[in-house]
Amino acid sequence: MSTAQATKNCITLKGSAQIIVEYLKYGINSILFQRGIYPAEDFDNTQQYGLTILMSKDPKIQTFLQNVLSQTEEWLAKNMINKISMVITNAHTKEVLECWDFNMQAELGDGDTSDPTKLTTTKELSRIQNEIRDVMRQISATVSYLPLLDCICTFDVMIHTLQNTELPAKWDETGAIIIQNPQAVQLRSFSTGLHKVDTVVNYKMST
Amino acid sequence: MSQFNFVSDLQNALIMDGETRGPAPRWKKKLEASLNGSVNTTRSVLSVSYNTSFSGVQAPTKTPGKSSESKTKKSTTTPTKTPGGGDRFIPNRAATNFELAHFLVNKDSGDKSDGENEKATSSNSNESNVQASAHKGERQKLISEVAQVGDSKGGRILCYQNKAPAAPETHNNPLKVVYSIKTPISTKSGSRYIPTTSERILDAPDFINDYYLNLMDWSADNIVAVALGSCVYLWNAQTGNIEQLTEFEEGDYAGSLSWIQEGQILAIGNSTGAVELWDCSKVKRLRVMDGHSARVGSLAWNSFLVSSGSRDGTIVHHDVRAREHKLSTLAGHTQEVCGLKWSTDFKYLASGGNDNLVNVWSAASGGVGTASDPMHKFNDHQAAVRALAWCPWQQSTLASGGGTADRCIKFWNVNNGTLIKSVDSKSQVCALLFSRHYKELISAHGFANNQLTIWKYPTMVKQADLTGHTSRVLQMAMSPDGSTVISAGADETLRLWNCFAPDPLASKKAVSTSKAKQSVFRQSIR
Repeated sequence: MSTAQATKNCITLKGSAQIIVEYLKYGINSILFQRGIYPAEDFDNTQQYGLTILMSKDPKIQTFLQNVLSQTEEWLAKNMINKISMVITNAHTKEVLECWDFNMQAELGDGDTSDPTKLTTTKELSRIQNEIRDVMRQISATVSYLPLLDCICTFDVMIHTLQNTELPAKWDETGAIIIQNPQAVQLRSFSTGLHKVDTVVNYKMST
Repeated sequence: MSQFNFVSDLQNALIMDGETRGPAPRWKKKLEASLNGSVNTTRSVLSVSYNTSFSGVQAPTKTPGKSSESKTKKSTTTPTKTPGGGDRFIPNRAATNFELAHFLVNKDSGDKSDGENEKATSSNSNESNVQASAHKGERQKLISEVAQVGDSKGGRILCYQNKAPAAPETHNNPLKVVYSIKTPISTKSGSRYIPTTSERILDAPDFINDYYLNLMDWSADNIVAVALGSCVYLWNAQTGNIEQLTEFEEGDYAGSLSWIQEGQILAIGNSTGAVELWDCSKVKRLRVMDGHSARVGSLAWNSFLVSSGSRDGTIVHHDVRAREHKLSTLAGHTQEVCGLKWSTDFKYLASGGNDNLVNVWSAASGGVGTASDPMHKFNDHQAAVRALAWCPWQQSTLASGGGTADRCIKFWNVNNGTLIKSVDSKSQVCALLFSRHYKELISAHGFANNQLTIWKYPTMVKQADLTGHTSRVLQMAMSPDGSTVISAGADETLRLWNCFAPDPLASKKAVSTSKAKQSVFRQSIR
């Protein structure tokens, strides 16, 4: 292909962060529906990545995710994030039942690597979307082995950042969460060329 | 006849969890192997609800429809000390964390000595407790920091302050149906009596427990072909005679079976990717047609055309009369094609795959094969689609059923590509069949009840639940007269259900004499 076309299709750090944050939005909504954390009536069908994904209609959940994910996008564009965890806790006993980890790894891309803030990649968007679609399908399929969440649950999103990240307003620092008797299942990973995202689900093994 | 069933059921109910006659079924052997490891137990132990994986293993309920005990999957009957009803504790070394245990053992002795030294008054002992717990907290933190590999050396964990709300108190997790064993609700609308137990049970040892294969079919001349292990058998439903058709070599097996419309010719898709044609009256293989790079899991006939769907995601049309049999290849799926059905008027071909897609292909304008791009792509299902059925009296209606993560039966209008209706069946759907006589739909399910459900169509009111299988149902086929349904289960049985028996009073209908149609093979000189 000609170089002219290559420059048209290149994705920057910001664009890569946007793709990942979009994936997180659909992924977290999908997990909320599939694990049965909120009633199924609160969800609506949308089409994305060639799949039917159910998104929450609840405005509170939407604003929460919006706030968290916009800040995440900013940090991600600067490569300051190690991991994003979605933690599902028992609302009454505060015990952590499941933790979905989205590990982020920065990659160099295939453009000019001289300036670390201006990396680019020419990976095709459709390929990235196909990889994301495979992970989303796997998330739906996890119901066949994850234990039933029989109690009222809450969820929270924790961002694991670098040490020198400054704390924005309305954000807190928390400690790491520990799951009793944990089991971990690694799902497929996808890469945007500038970031590699691994999805792992840690759950409490019910004896 | 039903009173004998009742008596035998009563007797079976009185024998609580007795020994099973004959060799232990495969699921039990596997369960014992995983439980005991090298320990050799000759006793057949029925371990009830000792499991964390939901493979549907449960004690067989010998009284279908009468069991009123509702055991939830996370049953508290699992004794922690003596699993499986044995009499000694067998430690599971893989699950013990030796380092942590060693640390805890040593820490306890250390703390105790601290406590001893400082104990003077009760307040002091409280202090020591507080100190001990503070020590504990610190040590816990140290462990967690050390245990985390790599990234948290100096990382921070942040979270947003205004959290998302919790679910309302009245919310029950809808996934509960996937885990709990409920009694089947048989709601009859009073139209006719549908027997909820099977009329006949046939033994099918070595039936492969694979959701994606189609290992049974019923021909128009009343012969059931079923693949057991690496052999294919023919059962004559009229006489009860059993004949072995073929045996594959070690490692190979049949992936799908399908009879041609008129009967006599059977297409077998095997594990190497080829489709074999057998003449069953002569027990002779006619030809082998290759075309796939992975096993053939689904087949569908359209007069002289047989379409095969494979694990490589492609569908190939074979013309069985021609030397060059491969007509065209359709690439519409990215994962195994497990469901394949031509419509009753042969205008459309529906295919379902492990990639959760349902593709509808229209027949080619030339008359043979189909267009190379799907007319419709339905991606509404959240799990693999294996169950597909076309409505015989509404030519453009397609029914599709999803796997465990989806559990829905969806109805589509293929003329305009819209979803007509979606019904949650609460269990993995593995097969669907329409009944012309009564305008009903029968669906076969897996965990938890392993039942066949009869629904009135199009209202989708549940008519009856046919129970009996002790493990998930894998396949269904209908008899040529439309009165009986045969189902194959992972419990290695084939059960016959006389659920669509024609009304004897309405026998004014002319008995359709099956005219021996010219088989496509007789047309050519062979």
